[in-house]
Amino acid sequence: MQGKSDSNHAPDCALNTLTPGQTGWVTAVDTDDPRGRRLLDLGFLPGTSLRVLRRAPLGDPVLYELRGYRVCLRNEDSLRVRVRVDPGGAK
Amino acid sequence: MTDAVPLRLGLVGSPNAGKTTLFNALTGLRARVGNYPGVTVERREGALEMGGRRGVVIDLPGTYSLDPISADEAVVLQVLEGAMPDVPAPDALLIVADACSLERSLLLVGDVLRRGVPACLVVTMLDELAARGGSLDLTRLEAALGIPVVGVVGHRGLGLGRLQALLASPDDWSRPPIAPPADRLERAGWADSIVSHTVTQRPGSHRVSEAIDRVVLHPVGGPLLFTAVMVGFFQLIFAWATPAMDWIDGIVGTLAEVVRAQVTQPALANFLADGLVAGVGSVVIFLPQIILLFSVLYLLEDVGYMARAAFVVDRAMARIGLEGRAFVALLSSYACAVPGIMATRTLPSPRDRLLTILVAPLMTCSARLPVYALLIGAFVPARDVWGPIGLQGLVLLALYLLGGVTALAAAALLGRTLLPGEGLPFTMELPSYRWPTPRLWLSQVWGSAAAFLKRAGTIILAASMVLWVLLTFPRVEPPAHLSPAAAASYSLEHSAAGRLGHALEPVIAPLGFDWKIGIGLVASLAAREVIVATLAQIYASSDEDASLREALQRDTRPATGEPVFTPATVASLLVFFVFALQCMSTLAIIRRETNSWRWPAFAFGYLLVLAYGASFITYRIVGWLT
Repeated sequence: MQGKSDSNHAPDCALNTLTPGQTGWVTAVDTDDPRGRRLLDLGFLPGTSLRVLRRAPLGDPVLYELRGYRVCLRNEDSLRVRVRVDPGGAK
Repeated sequence: MTDAVPLRLGLVGSPNAGKTTLFNALTGLRARVGNYPGVTVERREGALEMGGRRGVVIDLPGTYSLDPISADEAVVLQVLEGAMPDVPAPDALLIVADACSLERSLLLVGDVLRRGVPACLVVTMLDELAARGGSLDLTRLEAALGIPVVGVVGHRGLGLGRLQALLASPDDWSRPPIAPPADRLERAGWADSIVSHTVTQRPGSHRVSEAIDRVVLHPVGGPLLFTAVMVGFFQLIFAWATPAMDWIDGIVGTLAEVVRAQVTQPALANFLADGLVAGVGSVVIFLPQIILLFSVLYLLEDVGYMARAAFVVDRAMARIGLEGRAFVALLSSYACAVPGIMATRTLPSPRDRLLTILVAPLMTCSARLPVYALLIGAFVPARDVWGPIGLQGLVLLALYLLGGVTALAAAALLGRTLLPGEGLPFTMELPSYRWPTPRLWLSQVWGSAAAFLKRAGTIILAASMVLWVLLTFPRVEPPAHLSPAAAASYSLEHSAAGRLGHALEPVIAPLGFDWKIGIGLVASLAAREVIVATLAQIYASSDEDASLREALQRDTRPATGEPVFTPATVASLLVFFVFALQCMSTLAIIRRETNSWRWPAFAFGYLLVLAYGASFITYRIVGWLT
């Protein structure tokens, strides 16, 4: 884990707990294995802001918008990404 | 004059960056497709003429970084380092990046620039960037990166002239003054600072795409549309390809007749008509399905629907250890496993690709239908079970379901045992919707059809010749008093295949099969439906269904006088055809797609064991019940 910072706002949470419409920014990524490092390569880097676009009809995967593109992740991977929810971004 | 050694240019970029479009724009239709040695990753190279100097463009697999976690990505690293046997390292690199997602693309650009090879950045999708209200200063980007930067709109050919002029002399390209940072997080900082200097206006969301996605990915509407598209797709390759296939079949038949009429030497005429013409026919017969399948597949892909379909269905496929993109390949296999297996190329993970290839032959392909029709028509009473639903239809449905359910179960089982996950996360970009470009689309379809003819066609042709030899030689003159049909039956029984059928009898007797079915099984190795024609020949009946059905119903075992085709034998034979991989075209295409004989041998073996076991049990159970 890296990049845990001050907590005078809401504490950060796993990316897979966000609902469509919410926005936030990445605080840390679990990069213990190649799967986690791949998330960094996809642009899920600490400080990156992102938006949850929609869930697939069966609940998984979930579509995210970040760094000018849209990518979907399964929940098993998105739970490695810690985010801080942007309070103004909820729908 | 051209140099003796062509300049090698590597094309590097993330998936969806527009690499293929650029490759096609640079090389036209002159691509050479093959495999990298030892792996199942497709190798595409194309010749290029630039300012009198010869060049070769190498289209490397799409990758997000040079820290490989899949076989495809490992290939990129190996080629760049010159570590791939028989593949010299590229002299220069073209890094392809999507203008809209430059923030992410620069992460890979930085990684590649660290390698010190002359590089040039090709920025694609500038038209989409403008449509989304974004703007990018290419001159500043060139200054910030320290390498040449060219903006192109590949499908319209914009910027290609400048790029081609640049390609002739990579040694003159400017190099970055200092290499980008090695650490990922520091490199991200480097990328972000470049973006803030060069992207003068960030692109907004693609409004049209978002509006379409509200319908296409709707919780209820999305699955409905998905079902409609898949039903239409299935209908297209299953039903609409049939007239074209019948037409080719007719032409091949006519051609064989013409050959027989023209060539007077009987052995030569026989070889040319039944061996060569029929062999070529058995390759060409697949073309309508392959062309139709890839036309639709590439159209859906180019428009951007394919990724949406995979997004909708991914959760269901995850249950059997596969991902959304495998669904289309499995569905295509319901028409024919050959195009279905070729469609697995859309899967980025080599493990998922192999797993899908191994279970695709279990989907009930159209070649099984004539066999099912013959046996069901002859031995299942045409009785109504409930309203208009008849017993014959229900048996056919059960056979389709048995194949489909077994394919899913086999995928789950093989995925957990033989091919455990390779730690590759499922990630998929959803590109913006685009109008397809006819030129690119046609070149993709043509490429796939040509690859099939070249790669699988040769093996299919060779195998059908071998089978013709087995069914024809050694020639034993039939006694003179026999009718022509009976004489053909006599010759077949004394051919190598006939002897093989007799030799097989002890092995297949536990399944309830006699030597005649044995010959049929040997012949069906060419293609499943061949058993119908072979049985017709053995029973000295015409190919007409009715007379063959009656002949099968009448046949008795010489020793006991009992019918050969008891309910137990018929059920056992049907079950055998559900599972067994009797199709050399499928074996040939698995050989070509996996680049080794190991996987076709494995697929043939495990499906044979499954077929034998299931037939044995079916024979016992049905025999005990009746």
